[in-house]
Amino acid sequence: MRSVSAANIQPRSMEDVIARMQDEKNGIPIRTVKSFLSKIPSVFSGSDIVQWMIKNLNIEDQVEALHLGTLMAAHGYFFPISDHVLTLKDDGTFYRFQTPYFWPSNCWEPENTDYAVYLCKRTMQNKARLELADYEAESLARLQRAFARKWEFIFMQAEAQAKVDKKRDKIERKILDSQERAFWDVHRPVPGCVNTTEVDIKKSSRMKNPHKTRKSVYGPQNDVLTSFQKFTKYCFPLLFQITYWGGQLDRHRLKMSKVAESLLAYTELYVEYDPFITPTDPSNPWITDDTTVWELEASKEPGQQRVKRWAFGINEVLKDQVGREQFLKFLESEFSSENLRFWLAVQEVKKRPIREVPTRVQEIWQEFLASGAPSAINVDSKSYDKTTQNVKDPGRYAFEDAQDHIFKLMKSDSYSRFIRSSAYQELLQAKKKVRSSKP
Amino acid sequence: MSIQDVSPCVKCYIMEVQPNETLTNLKAESDTLKTKLEDERAKLHDVELHQVAEKVDGLGQFIMKTRRTLKGHGNKVLCMDWCKDKRRIVSSSQVSVWIIVTFSEEHAVTMPCTWVMACAYAPSGCAVACGGLDNKCSVYPLSLDKNENLAAKKKSVAMHTNYLSACSFTNSDMQILTSSGDGTCALWDVESGQLLQSFHGHAADVLCLDLAPSETGNTFVSGGCDKKANVWDMRSGQCIQSFETHESDINSVRYYPSGDAFASGSDDATCRLYDLRADREVAIYSKESIIFGASSVDFSLSGRLLFGGYNDYTINVWDVLKGTRVSILFGHENRVSTLRLSPDGTAFCSGSWDHTLRVRWAALIGIHIFGTRGTVV
Repeated sequence: MRSVSAANIQPRSMEDVIARMQDEKNGIPIRTVKSFLSKIPSVFSGSDIVQWMIKNLNIEDQVEALHLGTLMAAHGYFFPISDHVLTLKDDGTFYRFQTPYFWPSNCWEPENTDYAVYLCKRTMQNKARLELADYEAESLARLQRAFARKWEFIFMQAEAQAKVDKKRDKIERKILDSQERAFWDVHRPVPGCVNTTEVDIKKSSRMKNPHKTRKSVYGPQNDVLTSFQKFTKYCFPLLFQITYWGGQLDRHRLKMSKVAESLLAYTELYVEYDPFITPTDPSNPWITDDTTVWELEASKEPGQQRVKRWAFGINEVLKDQVGREQFLKFLESEFSSENLRFWLAVQEVKKRPIREVPTRVQEIWQEFLASGAPSAINVDSKSYDKTTQNVKDPGRYAFEDAQDHIFKLMKSDSYSRFIRSSAYQELLQAKKKVRSSKP
Repeated sequence: MSIQDVSPCVKCYIMEVQPNETLTNLKAESDTLKTKLEDERAKLHDVELHQVAEKVDGLGQFIMKTRRTLKGHGNKVLCMDWCKDKRRIVSSSQVSVWIIVTFSEEHAVTMPCTWVMACAYAPSGCAVACGGLDNKCSVYPLSLDKNENLAAKKKSVAMHTNYLSACSFTNSDMQILTSSGDGTCALWDVESGQLLQSFHGHAADVLCLDLAPSETGNTFVSGGCDKKANVWDMRSGQCIQSFETHESDINSVRYYPSGDAFASGSDDATCRLYDLRADREVAIYSKESIIFGASSVDFSLSGRLLFGGYNDYTINVWDVLKGTRVSILFGHENRVSTLRLSPDGTAFCSGSWDHTLRVRWAALIGIHIFGTRGTVV
């Protein structure tokens, strides 16, 4: 059988758990059980596994232990000795450990010819317990048709393996047979069972071509490079790193305590809007089929809860369409809407196809910044100069500095006025009145 | 970045010193800086998040019920995204892309495609983008005509040199952000297919990305097989912050709703929270019994809950502040490959290799602290 040698990402941790399970002192007690006429070697019960997991893996309950245990069985680390279906049951069902030779981390990719040899060999063994299951018999029939030409060769291999097996010690044979069967239960699962050997295609392409992954600076070098090429290949990433980290040193960082308080405060503020924690008013459409809450949101009349949110910060007003409209309306009533209109126009430019940008930039310049502009805005001279330059070669971010400046002004001035305004307060109170007037 | 941007002392090395010596000296300088940086970060680590969160009420038990189980794909579901109308989703699988009206389950539109690993809904709801092993990201305009052949109007926008791992529209139908197995991210103009900006810095495949939620924001975060999560400035293409604490591939990144932090899910079986202001990892969500990788993560609207879809077929729900697991959801019969909250947070959808998508709602029943399990569904 062909083994693909590459680091398989998943099983490492399952193997850690298995190693602990097999530990002599603290692992699962393995025993030989006497049955009717013979012995059942090297087994432990499903309950043993569940109890061990609850005790040793900090698992709170049986359901979780069964789920994890079933997964480990499905990956082939231990298996029920009398069943092809790899699940864990919390009872006296007997299980056995898989030999490390057959572990998934060895990256087995067994061929159908190997499976054919195996099934063929099974038919040569006369024990009732080793009879093929229906799905196995079907597979064998299919394989016989597919490999009709080389069946003689397959048969010979099966015979040879059967001969070797016969010579083994009876007990040893029982164990090895069961382990081999469990291996095939993983790689050729019972129809309807999950095939746990399937890998995420994004990861598998890297596994098969490890040289494609860019190695660290000191990884092995497979390619023949000139001295200069080697130099640039290894030095440049380091230079980037040094410059990047050097720049990061000067970054202003907040203390954890402050950050934690901020996260707590944000969550507390928004928890009443979180449908998973605070029931939606009137109801969550997914629970009751009633879409009122969505219709209200789409309507032009904002509910009290929604209006309340606008006071949390300028971003809340700007991201809500109705909020923007109300904010704009308020500023127009004060004849000071040019800042917001400029900000909105610049946002809009960034959303347009690149083809339209130069024209739009000119339009905005004419409307808001050129001398004699109808909606002249006030920006600091530094931003103004930079913008003047940018507009000559207009890109999507031509007004970035000006926009930042205007945003700060809006945040500290217009926005606070809006929240304190009677227009806003009325909206905040509006729904309350409507509700209390309902019968 | 060019040689001119490099510090003078480093330039000296290049001009005067032998290659091997330069390499050793550079490595030493690099290591010194890294240690210095870690020291600076550590100085501000005066308390743990979960300690501060002790004063917050614990979350009680949750009921989580499946409202819809969508089986149409017939193959492994690889990705999904919600439409802004909160009712429709686009989802992709190994063999097709589906647009499903999940709320009333009226109709589904399907397009045959192969190995679509990424899909996204346009903000207007009038188009979807998708791509995967074809190394491209294509945009399909949607129409009201249910019988229209969508594939006919397909428009190729992004071209990478390896598989497309994730895509997202910006706040407009006109730009798409992509990440790829070729190690780069890129911003594209949809109409012309022009590359607006590319982002280099990951040392291996980039697996995921998420745009910052701010109205004024121009940043996004990406996660890769190099175990790094990078925050990028969309205007300049620069990496402005980088985090490397995961022990394996980062499969999913998602911003905390305020935009000040983000969560990541990784093959190392943990989810982590990184705060941009503290410039460090501030929480790890893990358990001894969780040994399979997390494939996708998302926050509830307030940021109090973090949902993680895992390769062990389960969804674990974490209390973001306290660091504990609040609920574990069974139900899927194979890996959970994708998970997103609906735009207004009223439900979440999970997609799995078991060919299904499940839309679930959740309700908290009381603020009593019972334990950490919700109901199994």
